[in-house]
Amino acid sequence: MRNQTVKAAVLVAGALLLAACGTNKTESGGATSGNGGSCDQSKGTLIIGVIAPQSGGLSALGLGIKNSAQLAADQANEKCAVKGYKLAVQTEDDQATAQVGAQAATRLSSNANVVGVVGTLNSSVAQSVQPILKNKSIVQVSPANTNPSLTRGADYGTAPKRQFDNYFRVCATDDNQGPYAAKYLVGKAGKKNIAIITDGKTYGEGLAAEFKKQAEKDGAKIAATAKVGERDTDFSTVIGTITGSQPDAVYYGGEYPQAGPLSKQMKDAGLNIPVMGGDGIYDPKFIELGGKEGDLATSVGAPTETLDTAKAFVDAYKAKAFKDDFSAYGAFSYDAANSIIGALAKTVEGGDWSDSKRADLIKNVQAYSGQGATGEIKFDEYGDSTNKLLTVYKVSGGKWVADETGTYSG
Amino acid sequence: MATLLQQLINGLVLGAAIALIALGYTMVYGIIQLINFAHGEVFMVGGFASLATYSYVLPDSWKSDWYLALPLMAVGGALVAVVLAVIMERFAYRPLRNAPRLAPLITALGVSVVLKEAVRLWYPGATAPVPYPRAFVDKQFSVEAFGGRITIGSTALLMIAVSLIGAVVLQTYISRSRMGRAMRATAQDPDTARLMGVNPNRTIVLTFAIGAALAGIAGVLYGIHYTNVDTEVGFLYGIFAFTAAVLGGVGSIKGAVIGGFAIGLIKSLAGQYLPGGTSYDLVWIFILLIVVLVFRPQGLFGEPERVRA
Repeated sequence: MRNQTVKAAVLVAGALLLAACGTNKTESGGATSGNGGSCDQSKGTLIIGVIAPQSGGLSALGLGIKNSAQLAADQANEKCAVKGYKLAVQTEDDQATAQVGAQAATRLSSNANVVGVVGTLNSSVAQSVQPILKNKSIVQVSPANTNPSLTRGADYGTAPKRQFDNYFRVCATDDNQGPYAAKYLVGKAGKKNIAIITDGKTYGEGLAAEFKKQAEKDGAKIAATAKVGERDTDFSTVIGTITGSQPDAVYYGGEYPQAGPLSKQMKDAGLNIPVMGGDGIYDPKFIELGGKEGDLATSVGAPTETLDTAKAFVDAYKAKAFKDDFSAYGAFSYDAANSIIGALAKTVEGGDWSDSKRADLIKNVQAYSGQGATGEIKFDEYGDSTNKLLTVYKVSGGKWVADETGTYSG
Repeated sequence: MATLLQQLINGLVLGAAIALIALGYTMVYGIIQLINFAHGEVFMVGGFASLATYSYVLPDSWKSDWYLALPLMAVGGALVAVVLAVIMERFAYRPLRNAPRLAPLITALGVSVVLKEAVRLWYPGATAPVPYPRAFVDKQFSVEAFGGRITIGSTALLMIAVSLIGAVVLQTYISRSRMGRAMRATAQDPDTARLMGVNPNRTIVLTFAIGAALAGIAGVLYGIHYTNVDTEVGFLYGIFAFTAAVLGGVGSIKGAVIGGFAIGLIKSLAGQYLPGGTSYDLVWIFILLIVVLVFRPQGLFGEPERVRA
């Protein structure tokens, strides 16, 4: 009997181990190909870390981030951008949770060859990653964090104060995105009785709060506010609580795995009004999961396919034949990686890479300026991008179609 | 008033899904005193298996006719769930039949993780929620009443109907049929049951299979109602169903159904009327569970546990 028990335990343990290995794999392959062998790479390999969800509901976005950073590194290797070194990408899965993200950051920061990190996707994960990378002075450039307090502190509106000198981002922030959405929904679409639903996470709460401020200023009434659980799949209760106030639109602060089904279930419940959200719902998956015609989303930057600077990126990405689409943040991730690579090239001009060069690298990222796939890449005194373009997209004919591009100005 | 009625309906729909899953929990516990934590994953696998039936097995011309597609999807989902449960019983639980009770419990947790990760790794696109076709009459019935509109979908009605019919059929089977009698005998005393000519292994496997079939069907109903499946739902609904089974009294069919509906109703009513709204609806479910367990540790309809000689 005992023998059998042990056997069963070993079986289960083995299976568990297999599963664990499968999900936490790191891919550094791909970078090795296509360097042509003509560059001087005698000084070894430097690593650009990527922290983004590679599994779970948000993996569509995370995989796009990973592949685009890989593309930037591959191109740098081909062009011998960083003299004497080969670049590799090491991806760590943060599973869109802060705690796993912290582990990923710790793993990357224990490797002396990691020069910089592209990531994270989620603002909530960034909060736990920032201090860990700061400890080792590793430069971090986020393609997608939109929460304003990450750069300017909790009082970003009244008393902005730089939080981490090693943290930068290439996307616009929610204190632009939320109000921009409000201007569109209240002003252009004429919705005056709006219900707000959030998922309770850093990103969704922050975005919805900024939206609410501007919407109220523009004369709309907030009909109801409600929260959904992060793992919830049945939204009938939430829909029931807002139906009574007869809203003419819903603003959702959160991401597409909940937003898509929410939109579908609203329609099923007879509440056929548009759902609007931020960059977190701007993904084809939103429509697959139930996003309906007329639903709206704002996203950072101009539509990737229309920007002239983006054409080259899109073509190069397609040429690489990655399995996954570059998604909402691919172009941003590409620009983020390129800002690190550009600054790194400048840093190692004056001598070999070592830990003491990290401060120089941060300084060089701060001073970096270049034409990226999302427009001009430059950072202001808080580490925010100076490029504050935003676009409103609308679901039309089963696809996201760009409706209006601009910047938010008071 | 309309809001109250609408929320009651919402609660019943959610409760119906929970009740179908809870039946499997309660039957397995009744017969071998095992809390099969992997049961929620069996439900999830049922959802994915029926989706696979739809996407890879059914010919395209059948997909538009729900009366062809839906039964076949249900068969596919239930079949895979049953096979899975039988394998699980044979290789994970049977070797631990006489081990201390904690051992199979931990094994069940392990099986649950394995199943979830396996689907996530190997089902195409399952790293994110996967869209599910609404392979049924896609119609919403609305009535204007009590100063508002009350809506219920055809899939919701189907879910409630299947859940109630499933429970009645199961109850009848267990109380009337020969195999049902064998189940009850094995639950009471497996050794004596064996002396009376009951094959306990066969009886236990059958119990697992029936529970899994119901979970598989629940997976299909979940899919067509919510129009997506996700590897995470097994855990969430597993916890709901476990709570429902405990609330109703583990081992009791009636208890599982009433527990399931109670949880659905509490979740929707608490989300509407109690402080904290939908952010705290799960809290109220567990408060109720604790209150019930304080006054009736065996659950609403459970029997006090017998101490085996």
